[in-house]
Amino acid sequence: MRPTTAPLILTAAALVATAGLTACGGGSGSDPDTVKVAYNRSTDNKIRFKDNHLAAVKKQFEKANPGKKVELVPIQAQDNDYATKVQQMMRSPKTAPDLVYEDTFRINADIKAGYLRPLDDYLAKWKNWDQFVDTAKTAARAEDGKTYGVPDGTDTRGLWFNKDILAKAGLPADWAPKNWNEILDAARAIKKKVPGVTPLNLYTGKAPGETSVMQSFEMLLYGTGAAGDEPLYNPETKKWVTGGKGFRDSLAFLKTVYDEKLGPDISDALDPNVGTTVFSEWLPEGKLAIALDGSWLGQNWLKTGGKPWPEWSKTLGQAPMPTQAGQAPGKVSMSGGWTWAISAKSKNPDLAWKFIEQFQTRKNAVRWDIVNAQIAVRKDVAKDPEYLSSMPGIRFFTGLVRYTHYRPALPVYPQVSSAIGEAMEAATTGDSSPGGAAKAYDEQLKSVTDGAVGG
Amino acid sequence: MTTAPAPSAKATAPAAGVVRRGRLRWLPLAPATVLLLLFLGGPIGYCCYIAFTNMQLTGTSTTEFTGLANFRRAFGDADFRNAVVLTLVFTVISSLLGQNTLGLALAALMRRASKPVRTLIGAVVVAAWVVPEIVAGFLLYAFFRREGTLNEVLAGLGLPSQNWLYTLPILAVSFANVWRGTAFSMLVYSAALSEIPKEITEAAEVDGAGGLRRLWHVTLPMIRRSIGTNLMLNTLQTLSVFGLIWAMTRGGPGNRSQTLPVFMYDQAFNKSLIGYGTAVALLLLLVGAAFSVVYLRLMREEV
Repeated sequence: MRPTTAPLILTAAALVATAGLTACGGGSGSDPDTVKVAYNRSTDNKIRFKDNHLAAVKKQFEKANPGKKVELVPIQAQDNDYATKVQQMMRSPKTAPDLVYEDTFRINADIKAGYLRPLDDYLAKWKNWDQFVDTAKTAARAEDGKTYGVPDGTDTRGLWFNKDILAKAGLPADWAPKNWNEILDAARAIKKKVPGVTPLNLYTGKAPGETSVMQSFEMLLYGTGAAGDEPLYNPETKKWVTGGKGFRDSLAFLKTVYDEKLGPDISDALDPNVGTTVFSEWLPEGKLAIALDGSWLGQNWLKTGGKPWPEWSKTLGQAPMPTQAGQAPGKVSMSGGWTWAISAKSKNPDLAWKFIEQFQTRKNAVRWDIVNAQIAVRKDVAKDPEYLSSMPGIRFFTGLVRYTHYRPALPVYPQVSSAIGEAMEAATTGDSSPGGAAKAYDEQLKSVTDGAVGG
Repeated sequence: MTTAPAPSAKATAPAAGVVRRGRLRWLPLAPATVLLLLFLGGPIGYCCYIAFTNMQLTGTSTTEFTGLANFRRAFGDADFRNAVVLTLVFTVISSLLGQNTLGLALAALMRRASKPVRTLIGAVVVAAWVVPEIVAGFLLYAFFRREGTLNEVLAGLGLPSQNWLYTLPILAVSFANVWRGTAFSMLVYSAALSEIPKEITEAAEVDGAGGLRRLWHVTLPMIRRSIGTNLMLNTLQTLSVFGLIWAMTRGGPGNRSQTLPVFMYDQAFNKSLIGYGTAVALLLLLVGAAFSVVYLRLMREEV
């Protein structure tokens, strides 16, 4: 390079730097009259029920609190990326939103990181808090005994199936498998008798993130042991459980599904957006017979949803996920849910709390659980006739609450989950055997938990 | 980015006066230098610090100094070694073999082409380069995926189709990078080729040298410095390609297209291990430095 180019480059760089600086300056700063609300927007552009509901609450809030403003900060991303983005925003007071929508499985990690503010003072004075069921109250309670988030609903999981396709394969409309083998048998029958249809969808691999770990792997794993077993984390010994027989069996089940081509094409299954494809294409278009999925699927097929499909309630049936060999209690489900939390660096925590209260008025809470297809966590909402009649299947999924399991609520869980995702991907792509993948999981588990691992 | 070396540096001799003048010359640059140090030097220094700590994005609020632990962990990590190998494969295929050679070939062909052809090809190739990385990533994703254009074409020819992103992920992303980056090499080489004096090529022709010999004995030595510069820029750019791979495969399936930048992102943001991810970033910097040293040496040798 000639010497004369150097000043040019330097000036250019300086210009870019200052431009970047001013850009930063514009977006930051916090106005004491504005609540910034960060939430995840669906990656499907047609799905905006969350946005619409929040916009409605924003309107009510601004009307009830003259002079105050709500700024909605939608983050359109897949869940993993959403979490990363929000965590980065919460690191600095300049970018920290006041209110954050937090997945319960991540909230403990973020509490430990000091990103969130305890809500006990507010909760003590809030009469609606008594309406929350006990499990919900503990959902965002940290190891220090304080509560950091207000849950707005929960979910359960089970098998969705297309009655028409099952009928063609000679299976009844009230199909209810009693163990894993009956699921495989049904899938094999569909593969044989109904060509062109994917018999069974089980999420797998790293790309769908927590979706594959919870919707598929843990639904299997928590059905492998005896009743009351804790297959991931033993709360008595405070140790994480290494990949034992149940772990290997769950991986082997996944491998069987993909090896026998009972599942979707593996490359489709590893697509990060497969979750959207399942409800927006495969199920409505009759390309998928059985899906192990969440209670919220129906929301997408409402008139207001992303993929209106009025016939779904007649076409689709639901069955509980059975335990491995049908051992007691016979059924298994996993539950999660999201909470509203106030960022520790928020300068307007009081105003942010007011927004939570507005969001959680009885009417809004009912509306939210309906549009978001959530299982109610409030007693008054659960009894609401509008809620109970809002959607076919809601009684079924509410009934699964007694069989449901919660994920270990520990800060390190997201990292464990990520290790499980890798084990799933290795086993389903055939990169390693279920045994090998379980062993690799043990190694990772030891490193992420600092050796707090037991058999 | 141009070819000429700096002949003026050697010509200046007497010491003291020059030094003073040199300092004065820097004066107008001082604000720029300060800004650079602040906004480039600062973050880099901070990164170096983080690399020696166990900072996490979430899960813990304390950050401790852990010395070389992150680096020891990297070298003991099979996934890290896999990422290094894939990075080298990706760089050699897409930068050295792909962008560089194809760019030179295109530039040479364009010199012979008629003006309209030249303009058209130039516009097409440069368009691929101007497209933002993430857009290019999605374009190529649409090209390679199972229902994608490539398979449509293959099916039209009666050839079997497959999901290229699944069966040959590292080749697919390498090809994507070639598609995207060739324009840059082409531009550099077009400039270099046009600076070769006509007399020399003509003299070689008169001496009876054929096309290949002219290329090998005249053209390549004449543009040697451009090749060096181009290789260096290409390689450094390719080493840090992230968006393209992230959009196309996310490093998958398994970790079969997980190059160092993707590995780094995965560790830092998916696994929340900011410290470890940053250490990997520093190691990536070392890989880049190693390449640069090799190229600089190649450029220094006299013919």
